[in-house]
Amino acid sequence: MKQKNNLKAWLYLLPAILFLGVFMVYPLVDVCFYSLEENYHSISQTYTGVGLGNFGHVLSDPFFIQALKNTLILVVITVPVSTGISLLIALGLSSVKALKKAFQTIYFLPYVTNTLAVGLVFMILFARTEYTDGLINALIQAMGYEMVDFINGPYWAKMLVTCLYTVWIVMPFKILILTSALASVNQDYYKAAKVDGASSGRIFRKITLPMISPTVFYLIITGFIGAFKAYSDEVALFGVNLNEAGMNTIVGYVYDMLYSDKGGYPGYAAAAALLLFAIVFTITYINLRFSKNKVQYM
Amino acid sequence: MKVVLENLTKQFLSRQKKGEIVTAVNNFNFEIPDGQLIGLLGPSGCGKSTTLNLISGLETPTTGKIYFGDEDVTNLPPEERGVGLVFQNYALYPHLTVEENIIFPLQNLKGAQKMTKEAMHQKAVETAKLVQIDGLMERKPKELSGGQQQRVAIARALVKIPKVLLLDEPLSNLDARLRLQTREELRRIQRETGVTTIFVTHDQEEAMSISDLIIVMKDGVVHQIGKPQEVYDEPVNLFVAQFLGTPQINVFEGEIRDGKVWIGEEAVLDAQGREDRKVWVGIRPEGFIPDENGPFTCRMDRVEVMGRDVSVVSTHDKMTGKSIRSIVSAENKFRPDQTEVRFSLKPYKVFLFDRESEERV
Amino acid sequence: MIEKKNARVSRGLIYLFLIIWAFIVLFPFYWMVLTSVKDTAAYNNEKIPEFITTAPTGENYVKAFTEVSLGRYFINTLIFTIVTTGLMMLVIVPAAFAFARLEFKGKGLLFALFLSLMMIPNELVIITNYVTIVNWGFQKGDLTYLGLILPSVTSVFYIYLLKENFEAIPDELYNAAKVDGTSDLKYLLKVMVPISQPTIVTIVILKVIECWNSYVWPRLITKEAKYFLVSNGIQAIRESGFGRQDIPAMMAAVVVVSVPLIVLFLVFRDKIMAGVSRGGTKG
Repeated sequence: MKQKNNLKAWLYLLPAILFLGVFMVYPLVDVCFYSLEENYHSISQTYTGVGLGNFGHVLSDPFFIQALKNTLILVVITVPVSTGISLLIALGLSSVKALKKAFQTIYFLPYVTNTLAVGLVFMILFARTEYTDGLINALIQAMGYEMVDFINGPYWAKMLVTCLYTVWIVMPFKILILTSALASVNQDYYKAAKVDGASSGRIFRKITLPMISPTVFYLIITGFIGAFKAYSDEVALFGVNLNEAGMNTIVGYVYDMLYSDKGGYPGYAAAAALLLFAIVFTITYINLRFSKNKVQYM
Repeated sequence: MKVVLENLTKQFLSRQKKGEIVTAVNNFNFEIPDGQLIGLLGPSGCGKSTTLNLISGLETPTTGKIYFGDEDVTNLPPEERGVGLVFQNYALYPHLTVEENIIFPLQNLKGAQKMTKEAMHQKAVETAKLVQIDGLMERKPKELSGGQQQRVAIARALVKIPKVLLLDEPLSNLDARLRLQTREELRRIQRETGVTTIFVTHDQEEAMSISDLIIVMKDGVVHQIGKPQEVYDEPVNLFVAQFLGTPQINVFEGEIRDGKVWIGEEAVLDAQGREDRKVWVGIRPEGFIPDENGPFTCRMDRVEVMGRDVSVVSTHDKMTGKSIRSIVSAENKFRPDQTEVRFSLKPYKVFLFDRESEERV
Repeated sequence: MIEKKNARVSRGLIYLFLIIWAFIVLFPFYWMVLTSVKDTAAYNNEKIPEFITTAPTGENYVKAFTEVSLGRYFINTLIFTIVTTGLMMLVIVPAAFAFARLEFKGKGLLFALFLSLMMIPNELVIITNYVTIVNWGFQKGDLTYLGLILPSVTSVFYIYLLKENFEAIPDELYNAAKVDGTSDLKYLLKVMVPISQPTIVTIVILKVIECWNSYVWPRLITKEAKYFLVSNGIQAIRESGFGRQDIPAMMAAVVVVSVPLIVLFLVFRDKIMAGVSRGGTKG
């Protein structure tokens, strides 16, 4: 009877185990091998040696350094900005009644849109071509500043539009999570604080923020992880040749190493992917350590 | 269908303490006669529900055997035993209507037993009529009151005409008024169907009022089996005596000496021919007779009026509880300034238990 | 009195702020619809873009379906989404059932292993998966569909979500069904799945969104344009379609790609938002 049950359970699990085994567990092991096999040739499936050569190559590749730099700037700017604005919006939402649902619906829209598709809209809004100045530049000019092409122009302009689009895309998730966190704070605390005569600024600092700090922290961690994986937003704005645009990201670098018509360089791709994983892992770990002292009610 | 349990034992590994073995059911031996309503009674955690699960086949015993009639069902899975089971919280399928809930067990029948849709409907309506819910067939469980859900659960358990019907705390989720009504109903349904029925309860009053037979258990051990009145009148040990009856039996430290039962310095009853020893003296509340010249003296506390009877609350140095309750006829008069009350005792309402073993002497 | 006035002013400011953000969110949508109905020639003559158009035209939508194979991309995406989601349900429902309901040796260990897989980023496994699919020949011809679908099927997170949901169904229901002679499979299909329907619908919707928007894997696998999904299609249009400068036609394609999900969202608004707040993340 017991034996039969065991067999049955494994049978129910078999499809999941097969899929996960082939497409997750095996690749996970495999990617480590790839990263260590030097000068792997994907047509002949041969390699010249085992070592850290792939990592050395990747770390000295100017394209990787550029991608790393871009990604870091993106992370450092978009995570605090998007979290901060989301918090403000969630606070605003939680203090109004009329139209609240309509606002929530609108704010969530970017979550359900195709990143590539809406990226094109951002591109035409910010681009300045020979045919048209584009809307944003028209506004800039109207305000009396000098126009700039955000898509094919200087680095800072391209980075700015990338950050703007990234923030626009990641906001819905943060607003949603923060709004529900705020709604779940027991209203009695607010009543008690009001009775005690606390100002609204004090209430926010002493009650609201500590109560939702685990959520904010969760958003910062997931925000970091998400921002480090930036890729398709950049493709939407600047096209697939991100290296040429100087706007590549680490994930973009990984894919570029794979795509090549010559069969690609899976060794470099694997090394870059592992480096990315190491960075994300380290930062998450530091975040967790740091938060232990800061975050209440974990 | 009679049910026989033979040397039945069930042991678990403890969930709280690793490696420790808990014996939920310890060496049960008893026979439940065909067509009777049996109350399985005991305090919570005594192994009642495990016993029920063993009979239904949801759990398998560590050792021992279970027979339905002459058939050994110990190793049969629940579906082949032909039992109906009613759960404490009814376990109705929330997404199915009342009728679909009742039909559910019939849809599992295979082979020659397989029924047509029409026959299943017929059967469901018949059973629903028996428990008087035939007007609610299209409702969903959450649209029903607790009592109605209970009836649906019973109908679902009965629809396959089980050999044995098992009910786990069937009345505990109902309010007091509904509980009284439903237990009458349970009695009626059991009489009408004649199915051997075992129900688990921790409420002694409930068990005594409708059972043909009650089984009193504690800590996995059966203490007494018998007709409710017999068990009440002749408890085999202190636990059974204390568990049955409201208000509870009054227990005193006492001893048998020189052919008499002593509580403190008073000889309250004759005990000719018994050997001297220390005992617990249990006196049922209705065993006291107020008597100016009675042998047993208590300190008067207060009198609670109950209408036909009055409850005299008093204290005594040798009592084990917080106070002594005696139920006496309202015709007895008590003065408000009375500080002492004297009783004589009805010998058949007084039980003596060994101080050590707590067994009846 | 002053207090009251202050409160009214701050409320006004809050609304202003909320409206500004709503405007920022909605504006790109407005712009994409607006541009998509502008006449191409007229658009190219606008050195400074107009905020409204007086002569809307549907011709860009016709172009979107005729000049590039947007219809084809649509059907591809539909096939990919339906088959992937369907297969996923077939995989995760029994798995979640086994974890929630059945007792077997090694359950704890296996579940811990599953959970730890949740932390593995897709980027790490995609390299080998690409090689696997290429070795199997699944990026050639119609086999491309298999190559697209297979690695996208399983999601550990959804197994976890569904298992939690299954576990919330009281044991009594299972025991009741057992006593009635219900097989495990029938119990799963007739009782557990219907009771967990809200969660299952949420999972399906989230997976559909994920499939509809997936870009990276399809880009790796699809060699021929006839197997593109909408995301690749849009990207291809950006790079080369419509002679590169036909922005209105491009926007028409963008509208067509965006509409299905927005409609889905408006219909299932509450379910989607509840599902996402229970643990979805972007992508």
